[in-house]
Amino acid sequence: MSENLLQLRGIGLAFAGHTVLQNVDFHVAPKAIVSLIGPNGAGKTSLFNCITGFYRPQRGSIVLDGAAMHALKPHAVTAAGIARTFQNLRLFREMTVLENVMSGMHCRTRSGAIGAILGLPSQRAEEREIAARAEECLRFVGLEEALWQRDATTLAYGHQRRLEIARALATRPKLLLLDEPAAGLNAGEKQDLIVLIRRIRDEAGIGVLLIEHDTGLVMQISERISVLDHGVMIAEGSVAEIQSNPRVIEAYLGQDDGEADFDL
Amino acid sequence: MSLSVIIAHQLVNGLVLGSFYALVALGYTMIFGVIKLLNFAHGDLYMVGGFVGFLALSAISGVVGSGWGGIFLAMLLSMIGVGCLGVLIERIAYHPMLHAPRLSILITALAVSLVLQNAVLALTGGQYTAFHTDLGFGGIHLGPIFISYNQMVLVATAAGLMVALEFFVTHTQYGRAMRAVAIDHDMCRLMGIDVSAIIGVTFFVGTALAAAAGTMAGAYYGSLWYFMGFLIGLKAFTAAVIGGIGSIPGAMLGGLILGLLESFGTQIPGIGSAWKDVFAFAVLILVLVLKPTGLLGKSEQERM
Repeated sequence: MSENLLQLRGIGLAFAGHTVLQNVDFHVAPKAIVSLIGPNGAGKTSLFNCITGFYRPQRGSIVLDGAAMHALKPHAVTAAGIARTFQNLRLFREMTVLENVMSGMHCRTRSGAIGAILGLPSQRAEEREIAARAEECLRFVGLEEALWQRDATTLAYGHQRRLEIARALATRPKLLLLDEPAAGLNAGEKQDLIVLIRRIRDEAGIGVLLIEHDTGLVMQISERISVLDHGVMIAEGSVAEIQSNPRVIEAYLGQDDGEADFDL
Repeated sequence: MSLSVIIAHQLVNGLVLGSFYALVALGYTMIFGVIKLLNFAHGDLYMVGGFVGFLALSAISGVVGSGWGGIFLAMLLSMIGVGCLGVLIERIAYHPMLHAPRLSILITALAVSLVLQNAVLALTGGQYTAFHTDLGFGGIHLGPIFISYNQMVLVATAAGLMVALEFFVTHTQYGRAMRAVAIDHDMCRLMGIDVSAIIGVTFFVGTALAAAAGTMAGAYYGSLWYFMGFLIGLKAFTAAVIGGIGSIPGAMLGGLILGLLESFGTQIPGIGSAWKDVFAFAVLILVLVLKPTGLLGKSEQERM
């Protein structure tokens, strides 16, 4: 277990006495594609927020590649190698596509603020390096050059989703967290997304953890699935194991909204 | 004097005045951008910048003289010193209030303004301080129009600072981070951007620009006073709102427009120079009524 990329042990989180996460153990193996599923309100996004340092769990430990994350501030967590995208697009509006990606590389730059103010040569060289790396990320997700100087929020929805992934990749993560990456995508775009996620793992060597409601996509792409229900991790296993797990079936069938159609 | 000569002279006067307004307005708008605070102490930092520039010039004029070279050096020292003061004020007074209700931090800014004014009042005894320089009265004559070298240097320096700022904001990681912080703090944290460090950088740059304007204004007008930041603070706020608060090109444009409007306003028959402040704030009210987002401002909109 110690060689896991991400290891959570005994995570406990409560807000004003209301328990959100209870003794959660969870892990992502190196270069794995793992899905975190569960009914609405199960605590999936809260768990993401704990991993990225936005929530500080009252109990437990979070370790990335041997380094403790649970006491770090969010920007330090990103610098340590965890990036995420959002369920709702949160691109920097009024910035170009390229600038959005370049802003993701802040924690990988060496020039200080003083160098930037004075416009030192080393700063300019680094600026070119950053632009080159950003272009590489954009090509990787399949956004062609014609789009790079456009205002980010003018892109088509599917392209904005890819841009968010490119921006997250620019932080050079070891682990990428995707929060409902397929939300709002059509069937063709979903297939492209599956290809992209696999390439992120295979070509860039980055572990991927996703929260996704589209169970078809989850079953197609995941190597391991963890199931969260009412703040408790009720199951962990391969796709086949999860599909036949009675507790999982119960958790999903017990839910009465439209998203209960768990495709078994 | 013919009308065209009056227009040309007022154009030059307006550019000089507008340069001061623009430099101060830039800090106003940048600070508003990153922490949504109307920093009412900003005009007072301009005033402190004038005094620090004056002290710096007194210290170095023996070596470098007190022509534009000396003033330029004094200005740089003032920018660094007062820039650091701006960062210190942010850390001590504003940082602990960032998550408090908006009104608390606004009142804190008013308190900082009072502290700065009264500190300088105590140190100077409320007297005007003469800002001695060796600036000549030379200039060039373009027909009947006279433009002094001082006016030209001043406008060119202000323009140079604004070009440098524009470069910083669009072509460096810190500048980009500053714009990103103005848009979404949490997203910046997820991009590995240390938001509180960027807020510090923003205060440094914004305050340094005000200090540059303070030093140049002191040298140009030849005197300093503890209360000189009050009115320009309000004017710079007006300029920032005219341009669209939060917008950097807007602050530059708003400053220039306000400077030009004021100088031309004094030439309208029946409106003497005593009325120029009325003119400036009437424009503020007009902008707020007709285009509340300012000339280059964008309305806040929530996207899904």
